[in-house]
Amino acid sequence: MHEGGFFFQAFVYLTAAVVSVPVAKKLGLGSVLGYLIAGIIIGPFVLGLIGEEGQNVMQFAEFGIIMMLFLIGLELKPSMIWKLKGSIFGMGGAQVFTTALIVMAIAIMFGLQWKTSLALGLVLALSSTAIVLQTLHEKGLMKTDGGQNSFSVLLFQDIAIIPILAMLPLLATGHAAVHEAHGEGATQAFQAWMDGLPIWGQTIAVLGVVAGIILAGRYLVNPAFRLIALTRLREMFTAAALLLVIGITVLMGMVGLSPALGAFIAGVVLAQSEYRHELETNIEPFKGLLLGLFFISVGASIDFLVIASNPLVILELVAALIILKFLILAAIGRVFRMSFDNILLFALALAEGGEFAFVLFSFGLNNGVFEASLVNPLIAVVALSMAMTPMLVLLNEKLIQPRFGTKEMPEKVPDRIDKRSRVIVAGFGRVGSVVGRFMQANDEEATYLDADPDNVELLRKMGLQVFYGDASRSGLLEAAGAAEAELLVIAEDNTEKVVEIARTARKYFPHLEIIARASGWDDSYELIDMGVSKIYLDTLDSALRIGGDALSRLGHRKYHVRRAMNTFRRHEENHVYELAEMRHDKKELIRATKQRIEDLEQLMMDEREELHKDKNLGWDTSGHTNDEHLMRS
Amino acid sequence: MVLRKILIVFAHPALEKSRVNSKLIEEVGAIEGVTFHDLYELYPDMDINVKAEQELLKEHDLVLFQYPFILFGMPALLKEWMDLVLVHGWAFGRNGNALKGKWACHIVTTGGSKASYSREGYNRHTMKELLVPLEQIARLCGMRYLPPYVIHGTNVMKQKSIDEHAKHYQAMLRMLADESFDPASRDAQEYLNERFS
Repeated sequence: MHEGGFFFQAFVYLTAAVVSVPVAKKLGLGSVLGYLIAGIIIGPFVLGLIGEEGQNVMQFAEFGIIMMLFLIGLELKPSMIWKLKGSIFGMGGAQVFTTALIVMAIAIMFGLQWKTSLALGLVLALSSTAIVLQTLHEKGLMKTDGGQNSFSVLLFQDIAIIPILAMLPLLATGHAAVHEAHGEGATQAFQAWMDGLPIWGQTIAVLGVVAGIILAGRYLVNPAFRLIALTRLREMFTAAALLLVIGITVLMGMVGLSPALGAFIAGVVLAQSEYRHELETNIEPFKGLLLGLFFISVGASIDFLVIASNPLVILELVAALIILKFLILAAIGRVFRMSFDNILLFALALAEGGEFAFVLFSFGLNNGVFEASLVNPLIAVVALSMAMTPMLVLLNEKLIQPRFGTKEMPEKVPDRIDKRSRVIVAGFGRVGSVVGRFMQANDEEATYLDADPDNVELLRKMGLQVFYGDASRSGLLEAAGAAEAELLVIAEDNTEKVVEIARTARKYFPHLEIIARASGWDDSYELIDMGVSKIYLDTLDSALRIGGDALSRLGHRKYHVRRAMNTFRRHEENHVYELAEMRHDKKELIRATKQRIEDLEQLMMDEREELHKDKNLGWDTSGHTNDEHLMRS
Repeated sequence: MVLRKILIVFAHPALEKSRVNSKLIEEVGAIEGVTFHDLYELYPDMDINVKAEQELLKEHDLVLFQYPFILFGMPALLKEWMDLVLVHGWAFGRNGNALKGKWACHIVTTGGSKASYSREGYNRHTMKELLVPLEQIARLCGMRYLPPYVIHGTNVMKQKSIDEHAKHYQAMLRMLADESFDPASRDAQEYLNERFS
């Protein structure tokens, strides 16, 4: 490590991120560019605050990509993957093979051996999952056709890494450099053991691990998380979530599979778990930071010395790479009948080299596939092309689309399956469960949140979409789709929690309309002050029904009782709002309360009197015409 | 153009299933001078705020009652509304002249054909006859009663025809909103529709 040690390093990285990302966002450049620029600035060629160890940091930061794929998996149900299979294998396959072959042909033309050329083609065919997904997600383009197809192709590339890694040693032309051991201790021993196995044994081990992940995700993780949730220690949940992802990484590393792919599979398996949102909430910040770190190290690893020694050649290579990949992607987009706008987005987003190129280049170097003189400038080319991607997408959005883009057709009715619900119900206790069942009965799918693991488990068994978690945390609301939802219903039993949830929602999702249950006067006032659209006095409605039933059992006409109940309810609810305004003045409060009670009495009296006074008027002579000067409504 | 202020008192108990009425009212909010007043949305519990309704009536010059014809009459909530809002001492009676001189008209949609609403037809009465009590309510309140605006055959109507009716309806509203246009200008016709064709 650099002088100053770990804390100094952390200080440098965090400062760079905290300063440059908000600036980049403000300028409309997006966070990825911000991180990249920060990396360049603190890198060895500008400020020199971080040096060679940038490479080590990058290996660590690649863990962010694993987490990202885990989170992506969480958002995808197996049925969705099945739906995407055409684009994953069709488009993805077409992209990787075509690009690899054309690059190979060009490389042979430049006098390279065919083995080296093929390896080069395979490596350069890959695009950057991290940069593309982060950029598209930030711009809200993931749901478009272009975004979806980009995702499919990236997924195929992630799968393709495994056979590519297996193939590279076979393409060696020179002498393998000293084999650099990856992993340490037990992992290494296990790898040695794996290498000792015959091919069929290795295959079984690999399949066994994948099956193990799926089975564990299905049957083991839920009960385990339930036990952890019951401890009600928040940090234990975070620890368990991290353990899950790290465990998969270690396991996949042992059998030589891509950890990112393993994490993705685990994510898909857990996509239907009730702990999904809680997992997202816990992993999200780690993912964000590690990805940021990764982008910074990409920025820092751009070798300006190599570039400076041969700037023209490097720039030409960058341009050639991007243009070539762009053209191939555009052609694929045409073949798969994408619209013009989507082809542009798809082809520009995936035209760069990928982070796995770094891994594969060094792997190939160690195995004697490439020579250092070839690899060093190419690493710079890939890094530069990655740095260009956010800019290209930005360019497309700001300059190309507005001029040449066709207007998107009005959106068709969104798919109900992968659509996020429009309403979130927080609290699935006595009140929330009725709210929920009522909405379900009327075909409105809501997302339910509850903090009682037993409750959640039970309700899941009944087939409801209930998720475990504390809704007063902005992260859980976010994961439940608060950014896109329209309405939040707070039906929590715990009064203090109701106010807390409303406060969080107001603060982080001001667009979200809130209606909330309130049990006492004080929290009613607080909720009203916060701008909650409507509050429901917890016991008012059932109390009124009891009162009304009592009256009718005593012989009052039911229709009259019903109208009296309405009048009373309106009166009572207006009262809360008025008191909320003047509650800070104690004297005024008492006076107003007294006045209110008198008014109500007067109102009821008037109703009876008028009824007797003038039989000539319409049947309704009371209440409604008179209550207006007493009540504002 | 001086505006005549129009109030549409709209009553449809199942607008979510409606094809014709939902199309008619689609762009009604964009017409200047028109207030659209959706009773079933405002008073799902039939708990009508009489005072507010009366104020609203006072502010307008022409009241259009729009509803689907149900069992030869209006939906229940509109009847309730009339019972509560058009009361003695306000709408009629010795001091009841709040509505005097205003225009009243009923916009009715019905599944039956025009031919079925005739002496010889299935329904044995014309629309004008079936609406006689409403005509009388208007007269009682001193209002000027216009012939009804009727859309027949809504059950089997094709989308294209619905669209045409919507256009016609909107054109009618625009003309009515113009103060210089006299709603009673031409000879009394059976339906108001005919004056705008």
